[in-house]
Amino acid sequence: MIGNYIKLALKVLQRRKFFTFISLFGICLTLVVLMVATAILDNLFSPRAPESRFGRTLCVYTIAIFGDSYSTTGTPGYGFVNEYVRNLPGAEATSAFSNFSGTAFFHQGRKIESNIKRTDGAYWKILDFHFLEGAPFTQEDDDRGNFVAVITSDLRRKLFGGASAIGKTFTVEGQTFRVVGVVPPVPITRIAAFSEIWVPIHTQKRAGWATQMTGEYNGLVLARSTADFPRLRREFAQRLTHFRFEKNYDHVNVGLDTPFEAFARSLSDQRKYNTQTPLRVKLILLAIALLFITLPTMNLVSINLSRILERSSEIGVRKAFGASSRALVGQFLVENVVLTIIGGAFGFALAVAILSALTNADLIPYAVFDVNLRIFLYGVAIAAVFGAISGVYPAWRMSRMHPVNALRGGVQ
Amino acid sequence: MIKLNNVEKVYRTDRVETLALQNINLDIAPGEFVSMMGPSGCGKSTLLNLIGLLDAPTAGELELDRQKVRGWRDGDLARFRNEKLGFVFQSFHLVPDLKVVDNVEIPLLYRKGSTAARRKAAREALDRVGLSSRVTHFPTQLSGGQQQRVAIARAIVGKPRILLADEPTGNLDSAMGEEIMDILHDLNKKDGTTIVMVTHDERFARRTDRIVRLFDGRQVA
Ligand SMILES: Nc1ncnc2c1ncn2[C@@H]1O[C@H](COP(=O)(O)OP(=O)(O)OP(=O)(O)O)[C@@H](O)[C@H]1O
Ligand SMILES: [Mg+2]
Repeated sequence: MIGNYIKLALKVLQRRKFFTFISLFGICLTLVVLMVATAILDNLFSPRAPESRFGRTLCVYTIAIFGDSYSTTGTPGYGFVNEYVRNLPGAEATSAFSNFSGTAFFHQGRKIESNIKRTDGAYWKILDFHFLEGAPFTQEDDDRGNFVAVITSDLRRKLFGGASAIGKTFTVEGQTFRVVGVVPPVPITRIAAFSEIWVPIHTQKRAGWATQMTGEYNGLVLARSTADFPRLRREFAQRLTHFRFEKNYDHVNVGLDTPFEAFARSLSDQRKYNTQTPLRVKLILLAIALLFITLPTMNLVSINLSRILERSSEIGVRKAFGASSRALVGQFLVENVVLTIIGGAFGFALAVAILSALTNADLIPYAVFDVNLRIFLYGVAIAAVFGAISGVYPAWRMSRMHPVNALRGGVQ
Repeated sequence: MIKLNNVEKVYRTDRVETLALQNINLDIAPGEFVSMMGPSGCGKSTLLNLIGLLDAPTAGELELDRQKVRGWRDGDLARFRNEKLGFVFQSFHLVPDLKVVDNVEIPLLYRKGSTAARRKAAREALDRVGLSSRVTHFPTQLSGGQQQRVAIARAIVGKPRILLADEPTGNLDSAMGEEIMDILHDLNKKDGTTIVMVTHDERFARRTDRIVRLFDGRQVA
């Protein structure tokens, strides 16, 4: 039966070229928008190199310290990360890294614009950078404040041409660093990983940085597995009970967040953030996606409805010759799903093309928007939902049509 | 074969009530060829649709092939139409997107059976109406008479016991009309198919076994 429906669907779609084109166009466009959005979100939030262990990594990117009439919110300071995040019992590794900051310096008479980030030895164990040459600096380098640096291959080209950079030096912000490692460029969308120059924290020269509760340092906690998350969070909460408040402050809101939770926290009022917030952010994102899917779906529904009115004679005939309502609904749904799948295939191809164009256009430096199996499966799921939603209501209307009226021309 | 007992049909639309049929009593024997006549709007199509289970009477009883039609669900009605009834319409109602042979196969799609068996039955039915050379044409590529013959092939492909035809010659010139009538008589004689046909043409009506005349929703003969 399904086989017959599919054959029939292909025949009908072939004969109705204009309608088929309009529908395919709509489906294709919708899927392109949704899949490009999905690919970008996936690129932002899914664990991928060098953040490939972020499925089991917890982040401390924001902190809110407040009292009745005072509040400080923002990135934690090194003092906070060092005292409350570092060496959390039960963690596989813990690390502190600074926000990247833009910097400009002269090298052999040329002005170079770049970004610099300060971090420790454990950072290189939590993130899995692939070293093109050399190796990361160590915890000892950080403890001693050695002037060593890891740079990207992109910066290596700018500083030293194509040649090896290991052992070579450059001077930035009045400090001369020796290159110990070179890694491929990282997209700016990866908060923890992104930079172009990485140097040890203890090369920092500004006064007072080491004890600040808010400032510019983020914490990372690598768990052995996600099952350890609750235990690590309890440890962290336990440590926070000893938080030393300054005058006028008596609350602190900070937590070990998954990357998505950290994103949700940064979007919300950080004083009021709680475990429900990520769900709300998710729902808002879902609502936006739904809106995106609803408009074209309505459009397809109306195309389908007018197509049904146009085909009311066929519906009447089929009913007269023994098609039950169920059979008609089946036939129409199959027709719609076939259409959606064809449109989906076109949409998928187009999305791949657009994403590779986005990657090449370098809109977001170094971001590679590729289409992997996961995004493909998202796409298939989106297409299926789209096909079902846009087909069910018209099919139901179709099956409800009175055979006599249908034969007479579809007047309800 | 077909029995109607005090059948009544009222259409209710926006406070207007139309009494389309009242007090209809009919008994049509197996193998009978009955024609139905009457002025426009007297309820002929309505009566045919009731017999064809395309519409339900507002009162009265209907019996088809010794089965009382009462409380049937959509699936029951569909199955009965599929197995026992065949329809021919004034305006042919062929599906324009489908080839002639696919149009003829439609009733068989809602039954068990292989693709090959369906093809074979469809070709036989088309052979029967003299159209075996037009199998892969689309309906729009055929003349009116040819289209109506395809419609008859579709109506008989499932070997129904009852054939219901609503002005099958209404859109055709008289020569083509004659051809259609010959085919219907052939079916009635050779296969013993019970036929109820609505017509405005006295000549065609006189060739049938019996004429039922309606006037303003009532049976007058
Ligand atoms: N769906 C409907 N709603 C309301 N009234 C209807 C409906 N269908 C038919 N009627 C009315 O019922 C009456 C009988 O209609 P019917 O179509 O059976 O006539 P007919 O004898 O077939 O006429 P014709 O020879 O013109 O085909 C008419 O008065 C018509 O207006
Ligand atoms: Mg009529």
